Amino acid sequence: MSSESLRLFKKSVDGAYRSFSAKYGDAIEAVFDPVLYFLVWFEKLLHNSPWPLVILALLGLVYLGSRSIYLTIGSLFAFLFIGYFGMWDDTMSTVSIIGVCTALTIGFGIPVGILMSGSDKARAMITPILDIMQTMPSFVYLIPVVMLLGIGKIPGLLAVIIYAIPPVIRLTDLGIREVNKEVLEAADAFGANRMQKLFRVQLPLALPTIFAGINQTIMMALAMVVIASMIGVKGLGQPVLKAITNQYFTMGLLNGLAIVALAIIFDRVSQSYGKRMQQHRAGANE
Amino acid sequence: MSEVKIKIENLYKIFGPRAKDFTNKVKSGIDKDELLAKYNHVLGLDNINLDIKEQSIQVVMGLSGSGKSTLIRHINRLIEPTEGTVLVDGEDITKLNKADLLEFRRNKTGMVFQRFALFPHHNILDNVQFGLSIKNLDKSESKDKAMYWIEKVGLTGFENKFPNQLSGGMQQRVGLARALAIDPDILLMDEAFSALDPLIRTDMQDQLLDLQKNLKKTIIFITHDLDEALKLGDRIAILNGGKLVQDGNAEEILLNPADEYVSNFVKDVNRIKVLKIGSIMNIDGNKNESNPSVMIDESIENCLPTMLESESGLNVLDSDKNFVGVISKNNIAEILRRSKD
Repeated sequence: MSSESLRLFKKSVDGAYRSFSAKYGDAIEAVFDPVLYFLVWFEKLLHNSPWPLVILALLGLVYLGSRSIYLTIGSLFAFLFIGYFGMWDDTMSTVSIIGVCTALTIGFGIPVGILMSGSDKARAMITPILDIMQTMPSFVYLIPVVMLLGIGKIPGLLAVIIYAIPPVIRLTDLGIREVNKEVLEAADAFGANRMQKLFRVQLPLALPTIFAGINQTIMMALAMVVIASMIGVKGLGQPVLKAITNQYFTMGLLNGLAIVALAIIFDRVSQSYGKRMQQHRAGANE
Repeated sequence: MSEVKIKIENLYKIFGPRAKDFTNKVKSGIDKDELLAKYNHVLGLDNINLDIKEQSIQVVMGLSGSGKSTLIRHINRLIEPTEGTVLVDGEDITKLNKADLLEFRRNKTGMVFQRFALFPHHNILDNVQFGLSIKNLDKSESKDKAMYWIEKVGLTGFENKFPNQLSGGMQQRVGLARALAIDPDILLMDEAFSALDPLIRTDMQDQLLDLQKNLKKTIIFITHDLDEALKLGDRIAILNGGKLVQDGNAEEILLNPADEYVSNFVKDVNRIKVLKIGSIMNIDGNKNESNPSVMIDESIENCLPTMLESESGLNVLDSDKNFVGVISKNNIAEILRRSKD
C-alpha cells in the first residue's frame, strides 16, 4: 500500500468512527446510565458509611466466604494498615469498581460460557474474540471507547471488563464440557430436558471450574486498576499513576501494597469458597 | 407372559456423517470391516429383528463392539436409528416428537449403567429421586417413593451419603433404585453388574431375580458374561458385528448354537450346571417304580448324586408330580461328550 492511500485509509476510518460517535455517543452513553448510577451509589455508600462499619461488613463477607479465622484477622490488619496510611477512600473506590466489574462479568460471562459449551460453532466464533480481548494492548481498545464515551467511570469499567471477562467465559465452557458424559446420558435417560440438564447436572458439576474462572477474573480486574485510572477511574490506580509520573517511590509502594492486599484477600476468599463447594461435591463434607 | 412388549424391526444403525447413504450398501451385504475401510463409517447394527416379551428378562450378549450397547440405547432412543422401527406397546418410538420422547423416557423406561453414572453432587436420596423430580412430582410423594426403593435395595441409613462414600456394589444398588423409582415398565440394564467384583455381582444377580419375581418388569440386560446371561436370561440374544446371530433360551443356545461364533462362545460353559433335566430327558422311556425320581426343572448337576446311586436311571416328574420321562447316565454322558468336541 502506498503511504498516500494508507493515510487516506486511516483518515477515512477515523472520520467515519468520529461521526458515528458524534451521532450515537449520547444514546450509547444512556444505555450505561443505570450501571453508572449504581456504581456511583455503591462507591458513595462505601465512602460515607463509618469506616468501622465498612470493615465489619467486609470482614463478615471474608469469613462467610472463607470460613477461616486467620484470613479474617489478616484482612482486619490489612484494612487497618490501609486506613492508617491514608488510602481508605481510594481503596473503597477500587473495591466498588472491582465489585461491580465482578458482578457484571459473572452476569455476562456465565451465559456466554453456557452458550459456548452448547455449540461447537459458537465456540469457534467466540474463542478468537476472547483471544483478541486478552492479548490486544488495552490502550488500543481504550481509544474508541474514550472517543465514544469520553473519560470517566464507564469507559474504565468497560476496559476492565473486556480484559477480565475471558477467564469466566472460558472456564464456564470448559467446566460444562468436562461434565462426565455418562452422568449426562443418565440425565437424558430419565427424560431431563435441556434446562433441567443445565441447572441440575451441568452447572452444579461445573461450579468448581467456574469458580476458578471467577477467581481469575477478579485478579485480572485488579491488575487493570492502574490502566483504568488513566481514563479517570478513581481508586488506588490514581496515586500509583501519580507516583510514576513524579517519581514518588514510597507513595507508589504503599498503594501498590494496598492493591496486593486486596488481591490476596479476594483470591483467598474466592478460592476457599470454590474449594468448599468441591468438597461438598466429593462428599467429604459430612 | 407371552405378549410382545418391545418389537424391534429391521433396525439399522450406521455411525458417520453420511449414514443414510450407506444403508443400501449394508443391505446388499457389505460388512462392518469393509464399510469402515472403504467409507470410514462404522456399522453399529445390521438388520436387527427382535421380539421382547412382556415381563421377561431378555439378555443381549456379545463381545465389545458387537453393538449390544448401541441396541439397548435404541429402546429409549438415546441413539437415533438410521433405519427401522422400535415398537413399544405397539407405538413406534422412533417417530415420537421431542416432548413425547421425554415423556416416554420419564415414565416407561428406567436405565442402569455400567459405571453407575450417579450424580456425584447429590446424596443417595436425591439420586434416587432424580427421575421423579424431573417429572416434577410432589416433593413428599417423591421422597416416600425414593425411601421405599432405598429400603428395597437394602440401603436404608445411607440416604444422606454421597455416591463416592459408597462401595461399587452399593452404588449400583442406588442406580437400580433410581431406575425403579419411576416405576417403569421397561428396565434397561447396560452391563449393569460388569464393573462389580464376582461375589458382589452374584449377590446383585440374585437380588435382581428376587425383585423381578414381584416386579414383573420387562428387563433388557446387556452383558458380555455368558454365565450371567444364562443365569438371568429368559431369552438370550447374541450379537456379532452388529448382526443378531441367535435369539433363544439357554438350552437352545447351548444345544443348538446357530453358528461357530455362538458355539465358541458357549464352549466353556458348564452344561451340567446350566442345563435342566427336561432338556435332555428321554420322553419315550417307561417308568421304573424301583428308581428314584427327579423334577423336570432341576439342573443336571443337582440330580447327579441320585443318578450315580441308581442302577438304571431316574424317573422325571413335572411340577404336578406326573411322570413325563426318564433320564439315564447315557443321556448325561452324551451331553458331556458333545461339549468336549
